[in-house]
Amino acid sequence: MAKAAVRAGLVAVGLAWVLVAQVVLAADAKTYVVEGSKAAALESCVEPTDVMRRKHMELIKHQRDETVHGGIRTSKHSLAGCVDCHIRYDADHAPTPIHRKDEFCGACHAFAAVNLNCFDCHAAVPKGAGADSASHAAFQAVGVDRSVQARPDGEDH
Amino acid sequence: MGKTTEMKDHHEPTDQAADSRPADSSRRAFMGVAAGVTAAVVAPGVVLHSVTAAPRSEAVAGDVRWGLLIDTAKCADGCSACVDACGRENGLDLQSKPEGAAQAHWDDQKAVWIRKVKLRDNQTGRVTNLPMMCQHCEHPPCVDVCPTGASFKRADGIVMVDRHTCIGCRYCMMACPYKARSFIHEVMEDQLTRVPRGKGCVESCNLCVHRRDFGEASTACVDACREAGHEAIVFGDLKDPESTIRLRLAEMASRQIREDLSLNTGVRYSGI
Repeated sequence: MAKAAVRAGLVAVGLAWVLVAQVVLAADAKTYVVEGSKAAALESCVEPTDVMRRKHMELIKHQRDETVHGGIRTSKHSLAGCVDCHIRYDADHAPTPIHRKDEFCGACHAFAAVNLNCFDCHAAVPKGAGADSASHAAFQAVGVDRSVQARPDGEDH
Repeated sequence: MGKTTEMKDHHEPTDQAADSRPADSSRRAFMGVAAGVTAAVVAPGVVLHSVTAAPRSEAVAGDVRWGLLIDTAKCADGCSACVDACGRENGLDLQSKPEGAAQAHWDDQKAVWIRKVKLRDNQTGRVTNLPMMCQHCEHPPCVDVCPTGASFKRADGIVMVDRHTCIGCRYCMMACPYKARSFIHEVMEDQLTRVPRGKGCVESCNLCVHRRDFGEASTACVDACREAGHEAIVFGDLKDPESTIRLRLAEMASRQIREDLSLNTGVRYSGI
C-alpha cells in the first residue's frame, strides 16, 4: 500500500515536471527575436506573430516568384527584409550571420530540426549598396520609419 | 535588315508609321529644345542620377525590351573597366580560388559575366576588341533546353536563371552559342544582398536586373565604360523609337553575333 502511494507520488512529481518543462519551453519560444536587432524594438512582424511562425516559408516562397519573374521589389515579404530587420549587431556594430545556431533564423530551425537552405545562396547579413532597399516595404508595412536603428547588445539594458 | 533583325517581338504589331509622321516633327523639335533648356538649367554641378529611383511594384511587361549596343571601334585594347565593374556590381569579385586548385584551372572555372574578346583578321591584320556577355536573345536556346524552366526570359527581354528551380544540369551552358553562362562549383559565402549566388546553379549577365527593378538608368558596365572615357556601350529600350540606343542603331551599321542562328539578340555590335 505504501509502495503504491510512493509510486503514485512519483508519477505526480513526474507529471508536474513535464508541465513545468512545457511552460519553460513556451517561455523560451518567445525569445527568438534577438536583442540588438531592429525587430526587437517593434511590436510585431509584417504579419501577426503566430502567422509568421507558421507561414513565413509560404510567404517568402510566393514572393520570390513575383520578384524573380515579375521584378517586383516592393513586397513586404522579402527575405532581404527579414535579414535586415532581424540581424543582430554585436558590440563592434558588426552583423552576425542570421543562420548561425544562436541567431534568429538558425536558432528556431535548429530547435525544429528543419534544414535552412536560404542562405546557401542569399546573403546572411545585409551586404552591399542598396541592401536596405528591399526592407523598406517591410518597414512601411509595420508602420515604422525605416530609421529604426539596431542597438548593439547591452546598450539599452 | 531582314525580318529577324526586327526589334519588336514577332507577336506584336510593328509600328510601320513610326518614321513617317510629319505632324510629329515640330513636337519633337519642341521637346528637343525643352530638354536642352532643362539640361542647361540642371547641368551645373548637379548629376541627376536615377531620378525615377522607385522600386518596381507591378510585374514587368513587354512594352520595353532592354538591350545594348557596343561600338567596337571605341572598345580599347587592354581595357577591362566593364569587366571589373561587372564583378564589383554583381559580387563576382567575391569568389575565391578553392584551396589546392591550379590558377589556370580557376581562371577557367570561376563565374564571369563579361569576357573581353579580341578578334584578328588573319588576312588584313585588323584587330577588334569587344566585350562578350549574355546576348539576351528573343529566342534564347538556353530557355529552349532547360528541363525545369529555370532558364527564362523576363517580359522585358532579360534572359536570366531562376536559381530556385535550377538543378545545375548545365544544358543551357552547352546550348548557348556565346559561352555566356557560368556555373558555381563551390560553396559560396559573403554574397551581396542584391545578387544571391550559390553552389550548383548556373548564372549569367542579367543586365543588372536589380538596377532595372529599382529604376536606375543604366548598367554597371555602361557606367564604367563612360567613366573610362570610351563610351563604347549604350544601354536602352529597343522598343522605344526615341531611345538613344534606337537612334544609334538607326544611324550606324550594326550586327548580331551569329545572326545566322536567327536568335534576334538584344546585344548588338557595330564595327565587326
